Amino acid sequence: MSAHDCGSCSINAELARMGVSLDKVDRVVALAGNPNTGKSTLFNALTGLKQHTGNWPGKTVTRAEGAFAFDNVRYKLVDLPGTYSLLSASHDEEIARDFLLFGHPDATIVVVDATAIERNLNLVLQVLEITSRVVVAVNLMDEAKRKNIEVDVRSLSRDLGVPAVGITARTGDGIHGLLEAVAGVSSGAVHTAPLRIKGTPEFQRAISELVPLIESLAPGVPNARWIAIRLLDGDAEVEQALTSGRLVDLVASQQETAQRFSAKISLQGTQ
Amino acid sequence: MSSANASAVLQRAAALRATLSGQFRDETVKSIYAEAERIAGRASHHIGTARYDFDQRIDRIVTSPIFGLPIMALLLAVVFWLTVAGANVPSAMLASGFFWFEDQAAAVFTNLGAPWWVTGFIWHGVFRGLAWVVSVMLPPMMIFFPLFTMLEDLGYLPRVAFNLDFLFRRAGAHGKQALTMAMGFGCNAAGIISTRVIDSPRERLVAILTNNFVPCNGRFPTLILLATIFVGPLVPSAVASFAAAGTVVGVVLIGVVVTLAVSWVLSRTVLKGQASAFTLELPPYRRPGILRILYTSIIDRTLFVLWRAVLTAAPAGAVIWLLANITVGDLSLARHIADALDPLGHAIGLDGVILLAYIIAIPANEIVVPTLLMVYLGTGMMTDDVSLDEIKRLLVTEHGWTLLTAVNLMLFSLLHNPCATTIITMYKETLSLKWTVVGTLLPLGLAFLVTFIVASIW
Repeated sequence: MSAHDCGSCSINAELARMGVSLDKVDRVVALAGNPNTGKSTLFNALTGLKQHTGNWPGKTVTRAEGAFAFDNVRYKLVDLPGTYSLLSASHDEEIARDFLLFGHPDATIVVVDATAIERNLNLVLQVLEITSRVVVAVNLMDEAKRKNIEVDVRSLSRDLGVPAVGITARTGDGIHGLLEAVAGVSSGAVHTAPLRIKGTPEFQRAISELVPLIESLAPGVPNARWIAIRLLDGDAEVEQALTSGRLVDLVASQQETAQRFSAKISLQGTQ
Repeated sequence: MSSANASAVLQRAAALRATLSGQFRDETVKSIYAEAERIAGRASHHIGTARYDFDQRIDRIVTSPIFGLPIMALLLAVVFWLTVAGANVPSAMLASGFFWFEDQAAAVFTNLGAPWWVTGFIWHGVFRGLAWVVSVMLPPMMIFFPLFTMLEDLGYLPRVAFNLDFLFRRAGAHGKQALTMAMGFGCNAAGIISTRVIDSPRERLVAILTNNFVPCNGRFPTLILLATIFVGPLVPSAVASFAAAGTVVGVVLIGVVVTLAVSWVLSRTVLKGQASAFTLELPPYRRPGILRILYTSIIDRTLFVLWRAVLTAAPAGAVIWLLANITVGDLSLARHIADALDPLGHAIGLDGVILLAYIIAIPANEIVVPTLLMVYLGTGMMTDDVSLDEIKRLLVTEHGWTLLTAVNLMLFSLLHNPCATTIITMYKETLSLKWTVVGTLLPLGLAFLVTFIVASIW
């Protein structure tokens, strides 16, 4: 499976930047990635907004939102704070994790730095544990080329089980291919088979026992498997979310999320 | 959902955890790392010999223990020198243009038979406030912001954090506070928002409470103006702009030292704790995009700050005009208030008018200098000449300013309470009235203390 066998996509599909016109969007796309991999640059390239980009990790501290249309489908793009992992409990990791878990994105673009694939893959693998609708955008292909690093996106795509597309967000190279992959994954036309930790037989048995318990506790929870892993891990924060009822609240509010993230919030995120 | 069910699930999870091997967590993390290594090994290759790593060579110099800090100070000095040297002429041109227009417009109003107080309120009050703010602030911002944004885009800021990390750690604060401090140079409110990159609540609070000690862009014009007028002439005119820039750098360095000192005190008293470790990535140097720099620095920063200043300067101009023109007894209201504040002002090497200007300028620090000039000029006649020499003559000859006044005003400006926007941001970020009050009164108290000490030993 690759980004290019999306049968329903038109070859002539055009990108239309729609800035902050966030009403009547058809699909929601999240933008995740390590700090300083060019998420905000890609965000600007897609939405036409001028989210402040800066060459230092941690520039985007709040969630910014914008809109674009591709092939006559309107997308809302949510730029999440850059994180190295989703496991610890810092404020920005929590924002990113909560959105991936409860924001119900139709697809998640994980931006990775082509010059540091290995380090960036740690986050990709963690995102794949949470959601299967993932497209990997291998950004900074130009920088990799300058550094004589060759990146084989097809090998990456095969190993991860989700589409991977090489791009250079600053010049716009590869954006069209990325959007085709996003269109395919978010519509369900492209089936992904994300790589997930298998673990020992005991681990698998424990997961399969916990998942139904969690689902009955918080009906409609999008990813009980991930929560089960965190509970087995003894993640105090997830335990607390379960006992305090915050998890149930988050699940209950997921229907309203689309309305909640107004254009106003997106503008506040730009400074 | 009853929490009883939740705790049953937690108990079951704990029981199941016991069936797993002891190093379960480590194994999960390890398997992620191993998987990443395996996949990356297959997908990315170095072709040919690894390229000579230019970035690393530069980093060895700019983050070296010996050259790192001096290079930083030098870069800062160059940025300020360009700002000082470049902003004077356009500032003076803008000012004379605006004041020429003010006179013409006022004359037209008078000829049309408008009452004197309408002409005065609109043109000598509101308009003059706007004119001062634009002519004093716009040129330095147009130079300073693009330069600062360029350093940011280039990737220099994380190197600054790297260089300063050991100092912040020794002060018991987070190394990333160097980054939030650097953002504070643009705007303290933005700097306080950027403290979200600091994970530990204790260290984040330290960063929020001390952010005000670096001068924001609203305060730079004050510093630059005072350094140009009072320090520049102390040296031969050929090097005057260097001396002025050096003074501004000195004030900034004092701000950094105060930041570290206050962080140190906070970390050992009310906010006790150890500095936490973190990894800071040094990103590759990237060629800054000129258009993006211009956009960010002019639209996002210059116009953002200027617009805010304009919004506060117009009402401030109106207030000043009213204070200067409403008389009680023989004296204007402004004079009464300034006289009342005079003893306090003199105790710290300033005067009542300066304190009055600070009170009027609480909504935005940007308008302090324009405000105090307007209060000084409020009752007198405006001369046609608004050059720096004229400003200096006004301050020194007519109002008895000395070098001490200038030095203490710079110190006061550096240390005093944050502007209204910053205070509101502090509350939004901490959601605590207590810490907002501390963050407001601590700098104010420190400003009074330091200027009092300086005035006493001068």
